[in-house]
Amino acid sequence: MALIASSFAAGLLFGLGLIISQMVNPAKVLAFLDIFGNWDPSLAFVMGGAVLVSALGYAYAKRRGVPVLAPKLEIPTRRDLEPRLLTGAAIFGIGWGLVGLCPGPALTILPFGHWQAFVFVAALLAGMAIFRFVPADWPQSTFRRSAKEAGT
Amino acid sequence: MDHFTPVPALIGGLLIGASTALFLVLNGRIAGISGILGGLLQPARSDLGWRLAFLAGLLIAPLLYAAVSGSLPPVELDAPTGLLVLAGLLVGFGTRLGAGCTSGHGVCGIGRGSPRSIAATLVFMMTAILTVFVTRHLMGG
Repeated sequence: MALIASSFAAGLLFGLGLIISQMVNPAKVLAFLDIFGNWDPSLAFVMGGAVLVSALGYAYAKRRGVPVLAPKLEIPTRRDLEPRLLTGAAIFGIGWGLVGLCPGPALTILPFGHWQAFVFVAALLAGMAIFRFVPADWPQSTFRRSAKEAGT
Repeated sequence: MDHFTPVPALIGGLLIGASTALFLVLNGRIAGISGILGGLLQPARSDLGWRLAFLAGLLIAPLLYAAVSGSLPPVELDAPTGLLVLAGLLVGFGTRLGAGCTSGHGVCGIGRGSPRSIAATLVFMMTAILTVFVTRHLMGG
């Protein structure tokens, strides 16, 4: 029960942060990404503030060793940069740049009542569902095959 | 830069950071929205409760904000349906393939100095900036 309450509190805090910082406004996000146009650097302050507190939280969690409500810290330990990670990030960035919505703001604006947000979230869930059919070694497998075909 | 709003941006950022810190210290997990949402589509259902609770918090945030302040900030989203569908598919697929989005990689990952998250953030920032450049300045959209 405590785990549910703390998750709810974290979600609420996250959503309020997105609203207050105006990250929920796609036009604001696109203005930040438009560095060759009428650039709005506000989002750099959102990222800066968020990363700062996140880093403090991480330092404290590491020093504590175990979380308050769970048996152990579930932190990714991989450090390798493989094609799957970078391909996924590149695809995500294109989608983000097309309308200015990433997953957090897209969900948070649902209660605002814009039909566009519902279309976007439905497509986002479909994209996540499609991902489940992707082989575990893609796109590395494709790179290896084309390297073999090229005779290297 | 008449639209530059550094103070609310910083305050909002600090709150987002506080959320990820709280989630890590209490629950021991990374507050990555795409991961929390994507986990709902996986067969393992043991962690359904906290995932739904986090998402419920996100959805209740605008209601609480509106109740306290009396209004909601503007949401300017006038993209046509086809573009919304394409963008949504790319964001959903890309964040799962790349194991994270702006929160998981951008905020939490950079916060703990993960080389994978730093690289992923640089890549999605680059392709997003490039996409805006192409659609706004090359295609004149």
